[in-house]
Amino acid sequence: MAPLLKLSGVTKSFPGILANDNVDLNVMPGEIHALLGENGAGKSTLVKIIYGLLKPDSGLLEWQGTPLKLLGPSEARALGIGMVFQHFSLFDALTVCENIAIASDSNLSLKTLHSKIMEVSEDYGLPLDPDRYVHSLSVGEKQRIEIIRCLLQSPKLLILDEPTSVLTPQEAKNLFVTLETLAASGCAILYISHKLEEVKRLCMKATILRNGAVVATCDPRLETARTMAERMIGSKLNNIQRRKSPESGRPRVRINKLSLKSSDPFGIDLKSISLNVSRGEVVGIAGVAGNGQNELMAALSGEVIQSYPNDTIVFDDICVAGMRVSERRAMGSCFVPEERYGHAAIKEMSLKDNALLTSSKNINLVKKGLLQFDAINDLTEKIIFDFDVRTTGSKMESGSLSGGNLQKFILGREILQEPGILIISQPTWGVDAGAALVLRKSLLELAARGCAVLIISQDLDEIFEICDRIAVLYQGNLSALMDTETASMDQVGLLMGGGNGE
Amino acid sequence: MDLLPVILTIITASTPLLLAATGELITEKSGVLNLGVEGMMLIGAIAAFATAVSTGSALLAILAGAFSGALVASIFAVLTLIFLANQVATGLALTIFGVGLSALIGSNFVGVALEPLPKLNVDGLSTIPILGKILFNHDVLVYLSFGMIFLVGWFLSKTRAGLILRAVGESHDSAHALGYSIITVRYLAVIFGGFMSGLGGSYLSLVYTPLWAENMTAGRGWIALALVVFGTWRAGRVAFGAYLFGTITILQLHVQGWGINIASQFMTMLPYIATIVVLVLISRDKGRIRMNAPQCIGKPFHPSK
Repeated sequence: MAPLLKLSGVTKSFPGILANDNVDLNVMPGEIHALLGENGAGKSTLVKIIYGLLKPDSGLLEWQGTPLKLLGPSEARALGIGMVFQHFSLFDALTVCENIAIASDSNLSLKTLHSKIMEVSEDYGLPLDPDRYVHSLSVGEKQRIEIIRCLLQSPKLLILDEPTSVLTPQEAKNLFVTLETLAASGCAILYISHKLEEVKRLCMKATILRNGAVVATCDPRLETARTMAERMIGSKLNNIQRRKSPESGRPRVRINKLSLKSSDPFGIDLKSISLNVSRGEVVGIAGVAGNGQNELMAALSGEVIQSYPNDTIVFDDICVAGMRVSERRAMGSCFVPEERYGHAAIKEMSLKDNALLTSSKNINLVKKGLLQFDAINDLTEKIIFDFDVRTTGSKMESGSLSGGNLQKFILGREILQEPGILIISQPTWGVDAGAALVLRKSLLELAARGCAVLIISQDLDEIFEICDRIAVLYQGNLSALMDTETASMDQVGLLMGGGNGE
Repeated sequence: MDLLPVILTIITASTPLLLAATGELITEKSGVLNLGVEGMMLIGAIAAFATAVSTGSALLAILAGAFSGALVASIFAVLTLIFLANQVATGLALTIFGVGLSALIGSNFVGVALEPLPKLNVDGLSTIPILGKILFNHDVLVYLSFGMIFLVGWFLSKTRAGLILRAVGESHDSAHALGYSIITVRYLAVIFGGFMSGLGGSYLSLVYTPLWAENMTAGRGWIALALVVFGTWRAGRVAFGAYLFGTITILQLHVQGWGINIASQFMTMLPYIATIVVLVLISRDKGRIRMNAPQCIGKPFHPSK
């Protein structure tokens, strides 16, 4: 059988980096094909070339045996290539139907489209109301829009960029069923994911990229997650040593009946949240994005200050509910918000300046109000070296780093401050397996040195891997804490979807 | 007391605001903040006046006003969309430029009087007592201002092109990823804004006070800008705001005439105070702002980022 899509010798370089180096790729009709690799291995660049968003410097693309020169994504869509992006390209202030209309090249009236959406959503078991405004939808529902929008164009090739990173396990299972139905009907699927277990379960073939070049093709069903990860990073992978639960030390973080009205009109109010994190403990808060995580993070970090300070938030026996971020940081607490660009780091500023921003209480960096450039330089170099940040230098704009790389830098910056309390949202979202392992290890080491670590994450594998206790945030309510030893993945997954966990 | 002349002057006072605000609504919905409305109105005013004086043709005058507004807007578009100049600074510069250029061109026209635009009577309807006068006895620009705001409201909510325009203003990165040309959409929106501001200016110099005076817009461009926010980027509310503002402007004149003892300076302030108060009140309701405000407003778009 002739391949549906054939790439030969595709090369693409950006200033200072070779993103794709002579890549060959064959995708057969009806095949679920995984594209694997570390952050910055060139996966996103490659699919952008296939979708017509980027033009290759050299190399040949063939579609059903004829050479392909794409001028833009609309041409790709006309051929039957659809793409679901990692970061949704949706418009919050438009309805589902309007969002789909704007992405389709046909000139259907909104009414016809409306009924077509109902039809497709019925056929593939993807429930979705076309009249809802996008901002009111969960992340899983938003992804459904993207998928339905591709399905409406009856694609021959569907590209998915990390589709399950934002889904609950149950939602992910539903997605797999949809994808398998689709593949059975002859549509090829190109699947990018860091979750190797699901690749093993779903995909028939995998192409592994490292530093822009293809290093292996394999059948994931015959591999293990470990062997695939090792091919991705090109070396042996060390396991995380699960340590014994610490003897219950004194709680460094106490949250007592924290209720908070969200300042965002589309936000979620927090409802009487209580939680303790002890010395040396790692506690994980699971939950699908948009269930109050942002609000909880803002309340804990001090970006939102309670107007009537009482003992709702206590760090190291001092009530901090009325304190600002800088006061809380001065007490030895560190915070890493979810959004890297513009929130955890200023993307227009260099890595050096970003390193200084949260580390300035370090007396060596600022003396009598003057910046100590040598000390700042040393610190930045240390973060880059210790946490293996792939960059061309400490003067680079932080916005030029990929999300995973920047996350390594940001976490490194906070961990090197040796905080007593560390609160992180989505610590390894979009970070590749190898790097995530390094980050998780350093979090565990930090906890072993007496830090209380609180993690807010959607990634259940991560939470089960490193946390001592787990709670689930759903619609602003926090479930009871469970010991990781006794909790099951299914139980937590159900709680994330609003079930009662029984 | 006879209300009819009051109502007629309210319509006259509101029309230039409505015309300019309609244009700015489209510009802002595409994600561009053009603060140069005042300047574009002044250029439109003098272009229309000069053309009317030299040719005697009302139609040519209106066209000259509108297209000169569009021409000035295209300078803004090139600077901000292609050369990525800061929109706020460029818009302010455009206003200053408009004040200066219109004064320069207008120096020959100071003191020249002009016949106002003819009223267009609708046969049979204009003679209906009172209602006929209010609804069917106006010049072409008044009808146009109603037609345009209705058209813009329909365009934004019902057409595919309007949907694309809103999407570009909502998230230019997403719209770009879908393959729409951000620059083209915004360019057209800015030009339309200039066109409508030019019309608003023409109305001032052809109808409102058929004379040329330096700086004759007297801050109406700024009011038009505020009206777009006041109307939370909804066509119907923008029209309501324009008429509310026009009403307060005219009423304060009459209140002085009725001998009510309030300092005239305070009365003159009233429309502006009303604007500020309403803007503050609206800003408190974040939900409404979030639903309608274009998220990318004022942000330059660069395709490589």
